[in-house]
Amino acid sequence: MSGVEKINVKVSAIVPLNELVTRFEFKRTDGALFPTFSGGAHTVVEMIDDGLTRLNPYSLMSDPMDQGTYAISVRRDDEGRGGSLFMHNNVKVGDDMVLSNPVNLFSLDLRAKKHLMIAGGIGITPFMAQIKQLDRAHGNWELHYATRNAALGSYVDELTATHPNDVNVYYDDDKNFIDLENLLDGQQLGTHIYVCGPKGMINWVRGKTAELGWPLEAVHYEEFLAPQPGKPFEVKLSISNKVITVGENESLLEAIEREGVDAPYLCRGGACGQCETAVIGYDGKFIHRDHWLEDDEKASGKKIMPCVSRFEGKTLVLDR
Amino acid sequence: MSKFNFPESIRSRPTYGTLEARAGKSHLFVADAEGAEAIIDLAKTDDSLMAKSHVIYIPKDTGEKYTSQLEKLGINQLYVGPSFAAAQARLQRTLERAHMGLQLYLTGTEGLMGQAQRDAMTAGIPHTAIQTEHRGSIGRRMQCVHCKGITEDVKIDPFVCSHCGLNLFVRDHYSRRLAAFQAVCIDAEDPGNVPPSVELYS
Ligand code: FES
Repeated sequence: MSGVEKINVKVSAIVPLNELVTRFEFKRTDGALFPTFSGGAHTVVEMIDDGLTRLNPYSLMSDPMDQGTYAISVRRDDEGRGGSLFMHNNVKVGDDMVLSNPVNLFSLDLRAKKHLMIAGGIGITPFMAQIKQLDRAHGNWELHYATRNAALGSYVDELTATHPNDVNVYYDDDKNFIDLENLLDGQQLGTHIYVCGPKGMINWVRGKTAELGWPLEAVHYEEFLAPQPGKPFEVKLSISNKVITVGENESLLEAIEREGVDAPYLCRGGACGQCETAVIGYDGKFIHRDHWLEDDEKASGKKIMPCVSRFEGKTLVLDR
Repeated sequence: MSKFNFPESIRSRPTYGTLEARAGKSHLFVADAEGAEAIIDLAKTDDSLMAKSHVIYIPKDTGEKYTSQLEKLGINQLYVGPSFAAAQARLQRTLERAHMGLQLYLTGTEGLMGQAQRDAMTAGIPHTAIQTEHRGSIGRRMQCVHCKGITEDVKIDPFVCSHCGLNLFVRDHYSRRLAAFQAVCIDAEDPGNVPPSVELYS
């Protein structure tokens, strides 16, 4: 099987934080210890929704050294393909679920002299774990957290109570925004910046840091793309000699898996590069949505990232 | 011409590029000898750059040749010093006080670039974010892996360790942490059987 090792768990607690966000806590079914992880890691949650298997990545937000419990916080997305709705509506305390071992695509660079964290909305989750990790090592960090308002500010109270000097909160509704230019200006040499939030925020931080001459190596970001629905399309898998149809609400990767073909993946969000698949032939157009392939690779028609990208047209033949 | 094209080698061996002006409010240059030529060339490509720059320059055996040319570039802060060791405290203090966005440019000999890079890495600049351009001598800074002594400006292979006297073979294996190539005894198995020295890259 592709992906990393799986862990069988039971849902041990469900804690609604506000109107949109709920925390889910898990314990291992076999009573053993969870592996420790590094702050910024995610787990892939398996959801069996009415015969459909979804594998969605969520940042682990519990203490990375806590081997008794794993926790994720899920924001309900009424427009999405239903993963977050399934978590919110169908999952109950005591349910059996399957998580993947942690994978980190957003780790701290521990050579940094200082960690400057920028969170937007539910993008706070990886920082919850990173802050716990840094506190243990007496790390030098500072968080700037933008969210809509106090009512939707997940973990604001906890963060400001425990770290009044390092946590800065901005409420959009109060017209209080991060003054990025001033924040970046004058940061000591060796500062690394981390951003997790909506695409616009990530682009804003990447753009400003580039303008101010920050090295790319010091700018870290994480944006999980959820696969988007689209028109159904047909794909020929040449190695397994199968012709499959990708449904409107499933990703190409999910359709390949549904047919019993083992395909590699890690993040399922267009970021890690694991699922890269060679295209043998096509007649139509690609809808590339990943952050992995370079523009020229996307234009070449030779590669596709099946976890988030789709296709429209007559034929598509993949080397899988 | 002060440029030399190093042949392809193992991955450990540093490679160098051509300096280009980058975005940023402050720019720090560390150069020795013919490295001045790279700064002079770069200044021609961007007329606002030198006014934002701090240049630490060690002429080595080039005497006054380049110093007077550098003085004409309108460099905000130009320091000319007798050796890297003499300039190092200034470099370290500058890095300590520097902010994100500082651009670092190293040019000249490998030994100079390697040592300045080591200080910059300690200060928190990722080594891949540092620009380098080799100019001038191909002499290398070598560490004897046996006695750990450093011999500067090695231009022949094999050479005699200036500390312990062993006959050493010049390798491309490089240590960023030591800012030196690693040299190994060439006649350990058969003492005295030392091939005649040749100039590097001859
Ligand atoms: S699984 Fe990570 S990019 Fe597709």
